Amino acid sequence: MNTSLRAILKSGLLLGLIALLGTLLLATVNKLTHDRIIEQEERRVLRQLNEIVVASAYNNDLHKDVLEINDAAFSRQPVTVYRARMDGHDVALIMRVIAADGYNGNIHLLVGIDTDGTLLGVRVTSHRETPGLGDPIELRKSDWVLDFTGKRLDRPGTDGWAVKKNGGDFDQFTGATISPRAVVKAVHQTLQYFESHQQTLFAEATDRALEND
Amino acid sequence: MTESDYKQILTNGVWTQNTGLVILLGLCPLLAVTSTVVNGLALGLATMLTLMISNLSVSVMRDLLKPEIRIPAFVLIIASVVTVIELLMHAFFFDLYQVLGIFIPLIVTNCAIIGRAESFASRNRPLASLLDGFATGLGFCITLVALGAVREIVGHGTLFSGADMMLGEWGRHLTLVIVPDHPGFLLAMLPPGAFIGLALLIAGRNAWAARVNRNRTVPVAGINMDSNEALQ
Repeated sequence: MNTSLRAILKSGLLLGLIALLGTLLLATVNKLTHDRIIEQEERRVLRQLNEIVVASAYNNDLHKDVLEINDAAFSRQPVTVYRARMDGHDVALIMRVIAADGYNGNIHLLVGIDTDGTLLGVRVTSHRETPGLGDPIELRKSDWVLDFTGKRLDRPGTDGWAVKKNGGDFDQFTGATISPRAVVKAVHQTLQYFESHQQTLFAEATDRALEND
Repeated sequence: MTESDYKQILTNGVWTQNTGLVILLGLCPLLAVTSTVVNGLALGLATMLTLMISNLSVSVMRDLLKPEIRIPAFVLIIASVVTVIELLMHAFFFDLYQVLGIFIPLIVTNCAIIGRAESFASRNRPLASLLDGFATGLGFCITLVALGAVREIVGHGTLFSGADMMLGEWGRHLTLVIVPDHPGFLLAMLPPGAFIGLALLIAGRNAWAARVNRNRTVPVAGINMDSNEALQ
């Protein structure tokens, strides 16, 4: 074997060895942190959900009692529905919906609705609206989003489900109408979906619960 | 290596060849995450740790690494180190990880790290390389924190907001309100504010360096791109 070939082989093997060591290291760390990361993710989801439905109102595994809706007419992306139940009785649904018409991309929302169609709360979980203009939709920045609590499809009624600029009931922000308008629209559509599909949503919830048992 | 050499490594990393203010490397994360002090500090510490570990590993292996495989080997080492740090942050500083998001894995692309591996760690002994990683990382971290502080004060009127993400619940009390009832200054929070803030910091550093070293030649940002000639 000539020397240059030997040098190439040696270098290649060394590079392979480094790659192998790196892979080993990553596999080990991944194994060590995997459970904790899952646990943290779950805790975060549960913390978000408990802001809308208090932990004392249900006694099932809220973040695991999940249903996925694939209805193109309602949302282009699948919508996750968390079902809160107390001793097997349905208490509320929390739906993870997306308002696709924000000023700067998707606004991710959690919409909590109790069994008679009253909003338990709405939270914005992530968005990319302009800081200082559109971001009062976040509870951290302003309590605008709390206005939704207690509202229903028929209260304030179809005309009321809009920002004030469009003759509705909800405030817009100085310099930003698009962000609150998108949130109001998404919540309104969610309530409409809930009303027309309430039976299936809760029926499926029960079916699923039976399966799980 | 004598003591004065170590001292020189420290001053080089932190001041004379500061990555963010003089060499102007790694500006993407520098500009993107520095909307608050805490964000800047977190990314700065993660980068510092990466630099130290990658410098040390490269230095230990420096005699084995032939020139033709040096760069791919650096990339492998740096990518592994960054991914480990990312996993650890995801597991133990979950909220912070949510905020810094994509910029943690993007530490890989910070040219400063491969730059130090190539220009320093592959030619120096492990201890000196470790120190160089520390000093360069510290310089970068200080720049991130300084820019974060400027933008947070001007943009929000606070300092250390979000410290609870790093330190747990008690960190909440660390938030300082510098300007009460600050209406929020959008320009400082958005990317243009980062550019303007960085420009001011660079100008300030240059002015200071020019005053301190009036009689010596001073590397000025953007002109002397070649790092640590003195040490090579």
